[in-house]
Amino acid sequence: MPARPAPGSLLGIEPLDIQDINGMLDAAYRMQKRRPRPLFKEKRVALLFYESSTRTRVSFEYAAKILGATTTLVSATASSIEKGESLIDTGYTLTALGAQAIIIRHPSSGAPHLLSRYVDVPVINAGDGLHEHPSQALLDAYTILRHKKSLKGLRVALIGDIFHSRVARSDVHLLSKAGALVTLCGPDALVPEVATTLAKGVAVTRDLKEAITGADVVIALRIQKERLAGLQLSLDDYISRYQLTAERVRWAKKDAIVMHPGPIIRGLELTADVADAERTVIVEQVKNGVAVRMAILARALGVKH
Amino acid sequence: MSKSLLIRGGRVVDPASGMDAVADVLLRDGKVAAVGKITDKADETFNAKGMVVAPGFIDLHVHLREPGQSYKESIATGTQAAAAGGFTSVCAMPNTAPVNDSAETTRWMQSPERGAVVNVFPIAAATIGSQGEKLTDFKALRAAGAIAVSDDGKPVLDDRIMEDALRSAARVGIPVIQHAEDTRLTGGASMNAGPVSFRLGLRGMPVEAEAGVVGRDIELARATKAHIHVAHISTADALERVKRARAAGVHVSCEVTPHHFMLIDENIGQYDTRFKMNPPLRSAADRDAMIAGLLDGSIDCIATDHAPHARHEKEVEFDKAAFGITGLETALGIALTELHHKRKLPLKRIVELLSTNPAKIVNLEGRGTLAVGSYADVTIFDPAKKWKFDAEKSKSKARNTPFDGWPFTGRVTATIVGGEIVYRG
Repeated sequence: MPARPAPGSLLGIEPLDIQDINGMLDAAYRMQKRRPRPLFKEKRVALLFYESSTRTRVSFEYAAKILGATTTLVSATASSIEKGESLIDTGYTLTALGAQAIIIRHPSSGAPHLLSRYVDVPVINAGDGLHEHPSQALLDAYTILRHKKSLKGLRVALIGDIFHSRVARSDVHLLSKAGALVTLCGPDALVPEVATTLAKGVAVTRDLKEAITGADVVIALRIQKERLAGLQLSLDDYISRYQLTAERVRWAKKDAIVMHPGPIIRGLELTADVADAERTVIVEQVKNGVAVRMAILARALGVKH
Repeated sequence: MSKSLLIRGGRVVDPASGMDAVADVLLRDGKVAAVGKITDKADETFNAKGMVVAPGFIDLHVHLREPGQSYKESIATGTQAAAAGGFTSVCAMPNTAPVNDSAETTRWMQSPERGAVVNVFPIAAATIGSQGEKLTDFKALRAAGAIAVSDDGKPVLDDRIMEDALRSAARVGIPVIQHAEDTRLTGGASMNAGPVSFRLGLRGMPVEAEAGVVGRDIELARATKAHIHVAHISTADALERVKRARAAGVHVSCEVTPHHFMLIDENIGQYDTRFKMNPPLRSAADRDAMIAGLLDGSIDCIATDHAPHARHEKEVEFDKAAFGITGLETALGIALTELHHKRKLPLKRIVELLSTNPAKIVNLEGRGTLAVGSYADVTIFDPAKKWKFDAEKSKSKARNTPFDGWPFTGRVTATIVGGEIVYRG
């Protein structure tokens, strides 16, 4: 069996314990409060992106640069990957060039795990296939904690395409470990019953009202039109049953917040009114992403702060 | 070269002739000359005291990768691995390059120039190029040495083509072997569908994709009175259908691989491609059903689905990795450890699963038995020998096995093909 991932790797939320998670959330809080220092001076961080990304890529890049690291972006279409270089060989190349951490986004579930067995630097998963998106779950938890005292006992509803969502899997693992009660809601094809086996305290419902009523947090997930077509699900039907509208959001607790990992499609998973409402914290999520990713990088690079 | 070989003092287990007793076995001129207390002198003597002497094992399902993919395996290396695993005969699947859909390729595979050290019986493609459209010439293939037809890996989904294949095969007297997978339900999938695939974010192959095709094939076999053999059965649902059909008189048989009665989908762990094969490792309930089927006799035989691949085809992202694992050298160890030692399946049944029954399924006259006059194919093994499998020392060209370093109880001592010792453990 190939080697273990280097210390500081972040492959997913599932293998983490709650202390490790809280450690990163606390570190992110401290880093957001303080003026940035060149903690990562002379560190080299590679961003290896096999898929497109705006938020995740830019915020990892800023997080690294604000703290003084040098970053390099390698994307699948503008590198030797296009010529057929394998993931493992690409990893060897990046470490030979001096990368001290590799942030990877990849369409194949488990690609970061593969890479982590062949390189001796920390690997950070920036989204792998349908599997996990751990930095997103951490920034979601971080954002919730800016509005709620604790995650424990919190009622969280995740609405929409759970099956194809790596954000959903990471959110569910994190929220469950923290003691939140998670309800997944959507049509059968997007929210299969097997989803309840993902973690403790996870329920599935087809009824949006049931999912939202009494919720402290409502998280909408992006709907990919092409995937609905493949599943023979009508967009119109989805909107009529599951779209977050101002009226439906009122089923939640008065102080509930509405979240979305982005990119949002206004008029599909939520209305423009909901997207722009005061209780909606989508932009705040994006902003918090930088601090959370600073904490992830500090852990990866073994930097005290 | 010895003309005669005397195997002295072993426990001869030959279910076909109802024998299970300490006896000598004399092999002469490639045939079994005598079994019992033998006082004749022989050119060579093999002391088998404490060992089991069984009719040579027959693997109904191997991929030898020739012609065309000798970077993965060759007929020479694949049959060396077979010999090291106690197999004296292997049935080679046709998904080579080109696909074995012709008498010419079928003969080429059996030519002495290939350097096989055990018997190679080709399974020819059922349709030209395994494209599922036009049947191959079963009669010519049979005459060239093919012992069955199959489009392994590319299941015949079209009902009419499958029905035609069964009718033609029945006329020629060979079985149709089906890799039962409704590929319309498994697009892009790389493991079993269930909680593990959901957690790993991998697309899953549902149980119904296997069971549905098995059910369809059974109905066609019933209608055509042909013999359908279900390759590498892996689900409780499919096995249930086989049992019911057999009880109703349909000519259906099935094989299971060692990994499907030993491992489950959770063994994939963190995307370990050494556990990726098709059919995929299933749930614990399905695995338990395979064991129950071996214990109660509803599964006819063990076949390895030996599927060698080069390192670069496995050391990639899980969803891009090639399906398949090697299996020839670990099959006996797994069968003895899991079925005989752990679950008390008698040795007689182990020999039936590895030799007697596979010989019957593909009608190998004079094999799968040690009756006087049969071929001198013999497997000698020590059922109590403890050992660890070391993939680096495999005779196969490939190393894609999940069993590297695993401990087993029971190991091959010698493999004899046509009266010649081709492997000593």
